[in-house]
Amino acid sequence: MTDHTIQDRVLKVIATTKRIPLENVRPDSSFESLEIDSLDRLNILFGLESEFDIEINDEDAKHIQNIHEMIEGITQLVQAESPSSPSE
Amino acid sequence: MHRVVITGTGVLSALGNNTSSFWQSLTSGISGILEMVGVDISQIRFKNGAQVQNYIPKEHFAAKDLDMMDRFAQFAVLAAREAIAEAGIEWTPDLRETAAVVTGSCLGGRGAEEAGYWELFHNGKSRVHPYTIPLGMSNAGTSHISMQFGIEGPAYNLSTACASSAHAIGHAFWMVRSGVAPLAIAGGSEAPFFLGGLKAWEAMRVVSKDTCRPFSAERSGLILGEGAAMLVLEPLEAALARGARPLAEIVGFGMSADAGHITQPVVTGPTRAMRMALRDAGLALEQIGYINAHGTATEANDRIETAAIRSTFGAHADKLAVSSTKSMHGHALGAAGALEAVASILGLRHGVLPPTANFLTADAACDLDVIPNQARTVAVEACLSNSFAFGGLNAVLAFKSLS
Repeated sequence: MTDHTIQDRVLKVIATTKRIPLENVRPDSSFESLEIDSLDRLNILFGLESEFDIEINDEDAKHIQNIHEMIEGITQLVQAESPSSPSE
Repeated sequence: MHRVVITGTGVLSALGNNTSSFWQSLTSGISGILEMVGVDISQIRFKNGAQVQNYIPKEHFAAKDLDMMDRFAQFAVLAAREAIAEAGIEWTPDLRETAAVVTGSCLGGRGAEEAGYWELFHNGKSRVHPYTIPLGMSNAGTSHISMQFGIEGPAYNLSTACASSAHAIGHAFWMVRSGVAPLAIAGGSEAPFFLGGLKAWEAMRVVSKDTCRPFSAERSGLILGEGAAMLVLEPLEAALARGARPLAEIVGFGMSADAGHITQPVVTGPTRAMRMALRDAGLALEQIGYINAHGTATEANDRIETAAIRSTFGAHADKLAVSSTKSMHGHALGAAGALEAVASILGLRHGVLPPTANFLTADAACDLDVIPNQARTVAVEACLSNSFAFGGLNAVLAFKSLS
């Protein structure tokens, strides 16, 4: 699984959850620019947990400031879940 | 227009199963927050709750009655029993026919509903128990109080999430004040400790994995609580005429809607509700010495509530004391406003203000006098009790000391 794939999947979860076009969601988008509020964030976290079959800690989630950090955090969690997977 | 007083209170909570043990724990700064029992906590990311302890239903109800009562309805009736006994109401046919029952509950009997649906969805059964509807309906607490005491006047339940029982007490107050009802039983009850509900709260990411630390820099969310509190409201002159002992006067009720976000609080709505309660009570800002805060210990609530109190009270905000008793009895949702009304009433009566327990470090965003950790002996003339609900629905009650 490549980091690129994880990024694509995160962006897709955000677009689907927020009901906005995928092309509008970029790694450098801010939550504010996409009008993502606190409840949207919960909904996205829920979607990400389902998509990647992971558990996202409340405290870690609170510190995420933008989509780039969200992708980084998910990548770390996914890699921690499957440490034996080769990194491509 | 009548002056309206509280002549009886009844409480079940994590702090005790009657008013006196509740008050004793509150003023000792003892928290009722413990690891949850009765639910499989291995499936839940938070472990602590404020549950009613040492409660054995069959000690209070006949088995055939228990079949028809979810835990929340049992709590409602027990709290009403205590309040009515303390008030020493002498029921006459006329009083029974006209007295009101107004309760608040957010979830009602959803625990019983879950048990019914579990058979369907999990156990593969094709039928649900026929009592699922009467157990689950949110007005069951109201109805059981009405049936138990033969109260036949206006009776209804309000469901405005965390403000439910403050709205209920406010409505009952207005009915007694205007003469619509000669007496009202008002309060709220809640029993939220069932798996589906807890998982839904988990997904909201607002429940602390630690404990409830309102207004502290270290606050990390709310702790769910259960229980009930009921008040007996009646006109001052009627209470004095029958030789009852009024505990405090209820003088104001304010409510508002944020009309903004479904979960994100704002300063303006709560501010308008506090101002309306003060106006309804005819109280000057300077007469308020204490506010029992909504104080959930979420990052947003405590910061926004602090700003709303400052916006309402201006310079007087630095002269009044504020505490969140949720730090001890947890957030009992639809019962919270009623539990906190009792804390406020007894605070006025005894001249002791309950503390904000579990307080560690001050937060600059919550820079009020929050009575950290230790109760304070001080007589105040009047107080507010704040309840602000998800959905942006706000209810504020004003009480005045009779001494």
